[in-house]
Amino acid sequence: MNSDTQQTSLLFDAPGPKGRRKIFFINIVGALVIAGLIVMMLMRLHNPPGGDNQLDWELWRPALDGEAWTDFYLPGLWMTIKASIVAVVGSVVFGLVFGIGRLLPNVFLKAVSGVIVEFCRAVPVLMMMIFFWRFFAFAGIESASYWAVVLGLILYNGSVVAELVRSGVGNLPGGQREASVALGLTQTQSLMTIEVPQAIYAMLPAAVTQLVVVLKDTALGSIIMYTDLLQESRRLGSMYFNILQTLVVAAVVYFVVCWLLSRLAEWLPERMQKRTAAFAEPDPVAPIAILDPSNVNQMAVAKEVGEKRYGGAARRYHVRHRGSNATIRGWRLDRYRQGYDVSQPDSQVEPQQFEIIRFELPDFIKPKVDANRNRDDGGDGEDVKGR
Amino acid sequence: MRKSKTSVYKRILAVFCALACVFVVSACGRSSEEGKIRIGIKFDQPGVGFKKSGTYVGFDVDVARYVARQLGYSEDRIIWKEAPSKQREAMLQNDDVDMIFASYSINDSRRKAVDFAGPYFVAGQDLMVRKGDRSITGPNDLDGKRLCSVTGSTSAQTIKERYSSKVQLMEQPGYAECATALFSGIVDAVTTDDIILAGLASNARGKLELVGKPFTQEYYGVGIKKGNTKLVTRVDAALRDMIKDGSWSRDINENTRGVRYTPNPKYNPPVPNQGKTSGKEE
Amino acid sequence: MSEFLQLMGEYDVLGAFLVNIELTAWSALFSLLLGVLLLMMRISPVSSLRGLSRVYVEFFKNMPLTIIMVFMVLGAFAQLKLTFSDTFAKNFFWLAVTGLSLYTAAFVCESLRSGINTVPLGQAEASRALGLSFMQSASQIILPQAFRGSVAPLGNTFIALLKNSTVAAAASVATETSSLMSTMIEYHANSILLIFAIFAFGYVILIIPIGILTTMLSNKLAVRR
Repeated sequence: MNSDTQQTSLLFDAPGPKGRRKIFFINIVGALVIAGLIVMMLMRLHNPPGGDNQLDWELWRPALDGEAWTDFYLPGLWMTIKASIVAVVGSVVFGLVFGIGRLLPNVFLKAVSGVIVEFCRAVPVLMMMIFFWRFFAFAGIESASYWAVVLGLILYNGSVVAELVRSGVGNLPGGQREASVALGLTQTQSLMTIEVPQAIYAMLPAAVTQLVVVLKDTALGSIIMYTDLLQESRRLGSMYFNILQTLVVAAVVYFVVCWLLSRLAEWLPERMQKRTAAFAEPDPVAPIAILDPSNVNQMAVAKEVGEKRYGGAARRYHVRHRGSNATIRGWRLDRYRQGYDVSQPDSQVEPQQFEIIRFELPDFIKPKVDANRNRDDGGDGEDVKGR
Repeated sequence: MRKSKTSVYKRILAVFCALACVFVVSACGRSSEEGKIRIGIKFDQPGVGFKKSGTYVGFDVDVARYVARQLGYSEDRIIWKEAPSKQREAMLQNDDVDMIFASYSINDSRRKAVDFAGPYFVAGQDLMVRKGDRSITGPNDLDGKRLCSVTGSTSAQTIKERYSSKVQLMEQPGYAECATALFSGIVDAVTTDDIILAGLASNARGKLELVGKPFTQEYYGVGIKKGNTKLVTRVDAALRDMIKDGSWSRDINENTRGVRYTPNPKYNPPVPNQGKTSGKEE
Repeated sequence: MSEFLQLMGEYDVLGAFLVNIELTAWSALFSLLLGVLLLMMRISPVSSLRGLSRVYVEFFKNMPLTIIMVFMVLGAFAQLKLTFSDTFAKNFFWLAVTGLSLYTAAFVCESLRSGINTVPLGQAEASRALGLSFMQSASQIILPQAFRGSVAPLGNTFIALLKNSTVAAAASVATETSSLMSTMIEYHANSILLIFAIFAFGYVILIIPIGILTTMLSNKLAVRR
């Protein structure tokens, strides 16, 4: 938020007295236009060419009274939340399994996971829901529409999470992997113990954003007769012919819940950034395109450049340019393309200050690390001595 | 590093376990179904089957209550379940419910999958219009008019194919949306079975009315699992009692209060005969 | 195979896909225009415009598309009498396009904004130093670079739009793919797997080229700094 306003204000000079007057004037005009539009809409609703006065309290009362909440909105909201939570849990499992599957060295597993993920990302959620609904109904599964909603959401959002896992791993600095391989871990071990856990932290904010998507998409369930918030508000509306009013209430409830979740998603990256070497900031739109790139790395590069505006040269090369679709292999080629040639010592000029600063800063940590090691060593020694 | 790794997986596992517990518990918290009867009804059709203030109202519900009482189940021993149109056969086949009273028309293809008791009511497709609209007196007057029906229902197609080919169709997910559209004037008529329309109109504060010339016959039956002939005969007996002792017509009048509506006298009240009478196959 | 040919002969599957493509194309156009407008408002010096754009984006980002579609019919059409055509089918098509455009514009604005984040501050400072006004620097310096940086999220947004066009079913567009699939399943319950496969692969085939194009463009246009 902060950087947003900062950057925005950089696009224009601070307005002078004349500019301020102009802005004030535009503000007034804008406010008047909006107010006018709202008044026109309300007038239309108050006195439509045909039908009822939609602002009548007689229509709003049954949409707002206690009975409406206890019998319709709250049970509906619970169904919505229940489906969302099950779907999110399921999609995280699905995403972890197939996301890691796409990163494994085994060609077969990789191909299978890849096909599944790409397929699930391409098919519209509504189509999956309709299919599963009819399929489950024929198969005779109880509450077919509930499972259809959940499964449809799991498949789609799970495939998005799989991509998030993969891009999370892809966006880790290459050093993480190099270090773990140097320590003697195998590719799979390095993946499971070093890279994926960090990727999980990096993807958490994006996963919360995805939760908003899931919550919004449960409303599709009303098309296949799942009794979610939207469906319940329709039912309430069919009793008193105030469906417009009940839908407005439902829309407000949806908005409040989603908005709170969005705030959470905005607040998370800062916290998560401490636990990972990848970027914890999600893309504005979840990666869904087949073979899609994401622009996380571009943003990161721009930020690196931005960070150094108080002196100091820009980095000679940036963290590997990788889309969410990048593979772990081929990093040497990437670096070469970015002007950092491993085989040419000339190009291997490290950007001095930053690396140095980054690694020298934790002086106060060093003794702690040393102490740990000493204690570990000592412990071993004592053990030997003791026996 | 290693320490943080285990904690990540452990945490995820813990979250899943917690969630799993919550949902397993909620799934198992179902009341026991022994000594009770499970009846499938509509939850979303005012006047026929509707969930309201924690209880259920409508003509189908009243018939179901009467039949259950005759079978020896008091009100508190009935478990009501929602039976959406597309899931009715499956629900019976899987033993999710014992009986279905959900504006369930008897026809040959359904008779292959389930048994029917009844019919307990003969509905007919009709039109609902705004009160005072004299321009529509039957399905033949709809050329150039706008008609609303529910997504996936065949009633609008019937009108387009047999009566007024130049009618404009609007499909909405529920009849309440259709009625709202009718209110506001963007459509001129709504079509489906007359009893459903009557139930809608009775809640419309006297602003909608039925044309009152049903032009098809739908024999509403009680869906029962295939092969349970004993239950079929008992339900039939109960339905006959209901028609005889006057509760049948009283319930119809009560659920369509405020609308001028009488069920088609040519076919009503029907004679329950184990679902043998049925309408033409669509 | 004969089953497949029979289904394809009986129903106009390609026509249904065409409806979705048309919905997508029109909505993409309008949402792009509206999205750029929202972005300009968002970064403009006028505080009320900034606020308005922010409110708009927050509103549509947190609102289910299904509800918006339902409101297009029951609210905008039925109550506010927003009418595009006397023919119902055409009218609902354009109502659906309106709903999709309004919804997608919020995401287009967000995608473009993430593109703006890839433009280094020096660019804006330099353009100010040259004495360019806000409109000049935005349209000549910032936006062209922002577009290049936001190809990837924009592509994702439009792919989501193509998939979201199935929700037009909630706005009474009865000829699009999800409605047709429901109808087909209704009458050919035994071929349910085949029917789903037809539509699913239809979407896979439509989306793969867009995805590849997005990747290509984004790599080609990305500003390497």
